[in-house]
Amino acid sequence: MDFLRKLFGGGNDGSGAKAKDRLRIVLIHDRTDISPELLDSLREEIVSVLSKYMEIDNDKIEIDLDRDEKAVALVANIPVLRIKRGNVDYDKV
Amino acid sequence: MPARVIVVTSGKGGVGKTTSTANIAAALAKFGKKVVAVDADVGLRNLDVIMGLENRVVFNFIDVIEKTCKLSQALVKDKRVPGLYLLPAAQTRTKDAVNPQQMIELCEELKPDFDFILLDCPAGIEGGFKNAAAGADEALVVTTPEIPAVRDADRIIGMLESMGKSPIRLIINRLRPNMVQDGDMLAKDDILDVLSIDLIGVVPEDEGVIRATNNGEPMTMTLDSPAAHAYLNIAERLLGNDVPLMDLESYTSRGFFSWIKKLFKRRTRQY
Ligand SMILES: Nc1ncnc2c1ncn2[C@@H]1O[C@H](COP(=O)(O)OP(=O)(O)OP(=O)(O)O)[C@@H](O)[C@H]1O
Ligand SMILES: [Mg+2]
Repeated sequence: MDFLRKLFGGGNDGSGAKAKDRLRIVLIHDRTDISPELLDSLREEIVSVLSKYMEIDNDKIEIDLDRDEKAVALVANIPVLRIKRGNVDYDKV
Repeated sequence: MPARVIVVTSGKGGVGKTTSTANIAAALAKFGKKVVAVDADVGLRNLDVIMGLENRVVFNFIDVIEKTCKLSQALVKDKRVPGLYLLPAAQTRTKDAVNPQQMIELCEELKPDFDFILLDCPAGIEGGFKNAAAGADEALVVTTPEIPAVRDADRIIGMLESMGKSPIRLIINRLRPNMVQDGDMLAKDDILDVLSIDLIGVVPEDEGVIRATNNGEPMTMTLDSPAAHAYLNIAERLLGNDVPLMDLESYTSRGFFSWIKKLFKRRTRQY
């Protein structure tokens, strides 16, 4: 069977395909690696933008990168206390 | 026109930066360009040996930077190919002996006299890389078809992009076409898929590289091996010529078995 597979060039089960999969996942993680400092400044900026529109519960904010085998997501849990109606005070931001 | 300054870099060590620098420099000179290969690997100099010019080194570029000698005194002229020069590194100094600003000034001083300045970069992402890259406009990133090398190439590409280098192009070195055919090696397209960067050439694994190093003669001077042709093609592409990728498989025919395989596959990869 192995001989036939090689003969017909269907080498997809070789270690090359495995290397490609592993490489892709390694790079997803490498490219989304974020330092705590950068995450902190991201958190601050998100909060300052959101605060233009709503009052949020600063103590309960959770922002992090959620990693699994194949993908990385930015997951944010930001409790909202009250939406600001009427004129938004842009200058305050 | 002032010289194009190109840094040859990789992230991971030992993947073929120095080999690539020497061969591309010699090839460009063969095409009639005036070229200087700068060994930016301070403390671990190798380019002089790969180019076979180690006996002619008197001064190095640190001497130039520190004004111990003039630039023209430090340049080693290759007598085999007109227009080819080496600017050696210091062997007994460390990378801290230079800073990025000094590298930029050195390149500026070289620019009016050359068509191409190739900077052979040390491995890593630290000072040595940053020095070499500082002086460059363009970059060639060398990788082998293995996960660690490609991963480090990705890191370096990101850094080169944020430094504003352009174009940044990839050399895949030490590819073994028969292993790719058997599905046991990352293929050219696999690597390009994940890195999303332009390819400038694929260099096969080739014993000629070792012979050339033993002889102190870049392969592109004699052109008797597959890797030599690959490097010559890369030089042509640097010059803006549209050279088709080599058919590497024909170089590694493995007799009857590969002949049958070809019959069934009728597909040749281009490099
Ligand atoms: N295409 C090839 N075929 C066979 N051997 C090769 C090939 N390219 C490079 N080599 C070998 O790999 C080794 C490392 O090459 P080289 O010194 O050019 O790498 P480098 O990236 O400059 O290394 P360093 O990071 O230490 O500066 C050498 O022994 C060289 O002969
Ligand atoms: Mg080297």
